[in-house]
Order: sequence, then C-alpha cells, then structure tokens
Amino acid sequence: MVLFKYILKRIFFMIPILFGVVVIIFTLMYVTPGDPALAILGENATPEAIEAIHIKLGLDDPYLVRLTKYFLGVFKGDFGISYRTGRPVFEEIMARYPNTLILTFSSVALGVLIGVTAGIISAVRQYSLLDKLLTSFSLFGVSAPSFWLAMVLVLFFSVKLKWLPATGSYGLKYWVLPVFTLGLQASASIMRMTRSSMLEVIRQDYIRTSKAKGQSNFMTIMRHGFKNAQVPILTIIGIRITNFLAGAVLVETVFSIPGLGAFIISSVNFKDYPVVQGGVLWIALNCIVITLIVDILYCFVDPRIKSAFSKKQKQSTVSSVRQGGS
Amino acid sequence: MEREPQKNTPLQEVWKRFKRNKLALGGFIVLVFLIIVAIFAPYLAPYDYAAQDYTSRLIYPNAQHWFGTDNFGRDIFSRVIFGTRYTLFIGLICTTVAAFFGCGLGLIAAFFSKLDNIIMRVMDVLIGIPAMLMCISIVAALGSNMRNMMIALSVTAMPNFARVMRAQVLTVRDQEFIEAARSIGASNGRIMLKHIVPNSLAPVIVQFTLGVVNAILMSASLSFVGMGVQPPNPEWGLLISAGRAYLRSEWYMCILPGLAIVVTTFALNLLGDGLRDALDPRLKR
Repeated sequence: MVLFKYILKRIFFMIPILFGVVVIIFTLMYVTPGDPALAILGENATPEAIEAIHIKLGLDDPYLVRLTKYFLGVFKGDFGISYRTGRPVFEEIMARYPNTLILTFSSVALGVLIGVTAGIISAVRQYSLLDKLLTSFSLFGVSAPSFWLAMVLVLFFSVKLKWLPATGSYGLKYWVLPVFTLGLQASASIMRMTRSSMLEVIRQDYIRTSKAKGQSNFMTIMRHGFKNAQVPILTIIGIRITNFLAGAVLVETVFSIPGLGAFIISSVNFKDYPVVQGGVLWIALNCIVITLIVDILYCFVDPRIKSAFSKKQKQSTVSSVRQGGS
Repeated sequence: MEREPQKNTPLQEVWKRFKRNKLALGGFIVLVFLIIVAIFAPYLAPYDYAAQDYTSRLIYPNAQHWFGTDNFGRDIFSRVIFGTRYTLFIGLICTTVAAFFGCGLGLIAAFFSKLDNIIMRVMDVLIGIPAMLMCISIVAALGSNMRNMMIALSVTAMPNFARVMRAQVLTVRDQEFIEAARSIGASNGRIMLKHIVPNSLAPVIVQFTLGVVNAILMSASLSFVGMGVQPPNPEWGLLISAGRAYLRSEWYMCILPGLAIVVTTFALNLLGDGLRDALDPRLKR
C-alpha cells in the first residue's frame, strides 16, 4: 500500500512537468519563423493553395487554440502530420523508435557490466596502479565526445582491422561498434559513480564487523558493500538511459542508423516541424517515465526510502489530526 | 612572548589543499595554457587559418603542417589553434550566463519561499526536456548559428545552477550569522549579496567547471550535426564533421581536432574534481 501511494505521488508530480514540457516544445515550434504551408507546398505554391493549407491545419488560429488542440491531440496519440512524408508523425516516430531503444538499452547494459565491475575493483584497490588506470580510463570516457569516439573505433575496427562494418544496421555485427561506443561512455560515468559510492560504504563500521566475523572479502563487498551503494549507481544508470535516448543522435549519425535522433535532426533541416515537435516530445515523455521507474526502483533497492516515505505520511497524518483538534 | 601562528584565510586553505592534488594542478595548468593559446592565437598559428592552398590539399602531418592540411589545403594545426578561441569562448560565456541567471533564480527561490514553488517547477520542466533535445528545439526555432546555439546552451545549463544554488542557500539562510545580520537591520538585498552568496559559492564553482565541460561537448556536438557554429569557422566539432568524409584515407582530419577536445575536457574534469575536493574535503574520495 505504501509503495502504491508512493508511485501515485510520483505520477501525480509528473503531470505538471509533462504539461510544461508540451507547452515549451509547442511554443518553441510556434515562434519558429516561416510559413508551414510553404514548407509543405514549396516556394512556388499559389496563394489559394496556401490559404487552403492554413484552413486545413488551423494555422491562423490563436496560440491558445492551437496549443489546446495540440495538447488534446497528444493525449490521444496524435502528434500531427509530417510535412515531408504526409504520414502521421506518430507512425514515423514508431518506425524509428525501436532502433534508438536497441542502441540505448544495449549500450547501457554494456556500460553497467563494465562500469560496475571496474568501479568495485577500483574502490576495493584504492590508490593501486589498477585503480589509477581505471580512474584515468573513466575520466577519458567522460571527456571524449561520443561522435569522435565513434570515429576512432570505426578507424580502428573497420578501416584498419576490417573486423566490423562501419555503417548501417542490417544485422547483429552492425550494432557492435555503435553499442560499444556508447557502452564505453556509459561505463565511464557508471564506474566513477560506483567507485565513489563504494568508497563511502566500505569505510562503514558494518563492513569491518562483517570482516571481523570471518566473512570473506568478496562476500562482504557484494552482500554488504555493493548492496548499500546501489542507489547512486541506479541514479546514474537512469541518467545515462535518458542521455542516450536523447543524445544517441550523434552516434546514429556517424553509423547511419535510422534512429529517432537522426530523424529529428534531418527534420530540422527540412523544416518538418511537426516531426521535430513530436519527436522531442516523445523522447521527453520517455525520459520522464524512466525517471519515474528509477524513483520506484529506489524503494526496492533501498527499503529505507520506502519506510522514510511511510514515516513522512504518518507524521503528516498525525500533524493534520493535531491541527484539526486544535 | 610567544607569537600566535598566523591563520590562513579560507581561500588560502582551499589553494593549499588544491595545490596538493597534482592532477588537478595539471588540469589547471593545461587550462591556463589553453587560455594563453586562445589569446595569442594569431601569433602562435603558423598559417592563416582560412588561407586555402589547392597545391597542398590533404597533406599528411609533417614538419611543415603538424596536423596536416584539409581538402581546401588549409593548415589544420592553425585551425585547431584558432578553434581554441571558439571552444573556450562558448564554454565560458554560456556557463557564466547560465550560472548568473541560474544562481539568481536559485537564490530568490530559496530566500523568498512564496516564489520557490513557481521557480523550481519551471526549472523541473526545463530539466524534464533532455539538454540535447532542448538545444535542438531552441536552435530549430531560432536558426542554426553560433549565437542561437549559445542561447540554447545557456538555457539548458541554467536549471542545474538554480538547483545547486537553492540547495546551498537553504542550508545557509538559517544560520546564526544571517540572523545576526537581520537583527542589526540589514536589508534582504544586503543579506543575500554580502552574506548568503559568498557562503554558498563552493558547490557553484564545482558546478561551473562541470558546466564548461558540458557546454564544450554540447557545442561540439551541435556544430557536428550542423546546428551550431557554421563553416568556414574553425570550431573543433565542425573540424571533426568536415573530416568525417575523409576518415578512411585522411584520418588525421577528424582524429586530431577531436584530441584537442579530449585534452581540454580532460583538464577541466581534473580541475573540477580537484576543486570539489579542495572546497569540501569531506567529499574527497
């Protein structure tokens, strides 16, 4: 019940943010100069044809009317029609969304595998040569731009060694380099967070107690150390997923993957604003949902968060009863 | 009579702790070096960064052209040197603007509780849209050029400063010295500027270095996809983008300018980590 209330509360907090995101994105596209009718019909369109498009799409309606219509449309899954293809924006998004999802989740999975392992080793062997090497690697990972890292990997594995294809998404081996590029970046930040979080935990008294009771080093680290260091790691994993959903555009561009990010960029160049609006909104919605999932996962990873919420609830109930009584 | 040992000022203490961290000091030295390069670029660059020489197109790195030449025969080393100006200018200006407005809003939100909810919910919405997409939307709306990209970068970085500043002010505003200042009749403005801001700046300084790193990486990314600095300007992201078509044969065209970005952000990250440890030794890992 407590968890259910917690989830409801988080969803309730999401609603105004979602509303604000829709308003901001709609307003940005609304103030964009240029007539959408010209983008659809081309520069040589007749005034009658332009007028017809204006009436059809309601382009002459006031701002608030258009915003309300857009908001109601989004609520029903209608993100408008693409100027470029004439197809519903939502269909266009869905055609490319799976590629972005595959890239994002595979990269983060790889990043978690490398980052968490390296972070734990680095923390346990603090100030050793291995720690210094791993820390330098992680700092390099967070310093290198993803598109540049992608090109370095293409140069090495595709051009020099000819092991992997450089562009496209026709099969499993085409995904190796893009996933590896983003995976390396994710592992760098996850490793930094894991190391920092583990260092804080392994200095605690209960770790010393566990060792004093004869528990092996490995078991102490995994059962008592890592278990208590998971919340910040979960946070950085959530941040990484949202970053990649939005920022995979660069890697998609380098590897010519038909993902959502690359589609948004090409739509900006074509002035296909319903796609830009819809695409940005869709990814923003995804990010908000992922943040919510991470928030919920906190309760499972660290039951103290759930109990803190329930205590808070009890306190507020008691204080409201007291206020009512007085 | 025995003399009392001279006490260091807080700033001297921070500098003392910072100096002990050799990596952070290295990052600081690299940053100073880059600033010098940016200022004296016309004197340091061996060639005119825009001069085209079709007789020396696509030359591999050698003694005359340290980073080789591009498809227009322009010296890449000179372009990278001038690119330092763009990178540092964009990184520092965008982060300064974001810090100024973000900290201002964070300060107001924490100090005037009536405005707290409104300001912070707007910041939540801005954070709700991922930075890269927010930048793309703003640049799509305003047009692709350096000024609009800088506006976009400043807007997206602002909420982070607002959050950091608000959190810090909330811990400072209830302390005794603020109460003392209020009791002797200090105005809200004076309390904020003279007492709260100086005591809340430590995490903002750390956030600033991280903000510069983000701004540099984001500006390079946006220029790479054609939404930032426009050709023929020698911005580093743009240099990488221009070299992309030649990756198979003339790898140096994109790899070497990319290294410049890595060195700069690496140094700034070291500096940021060092400042964090020096300003708050409890956080030292």
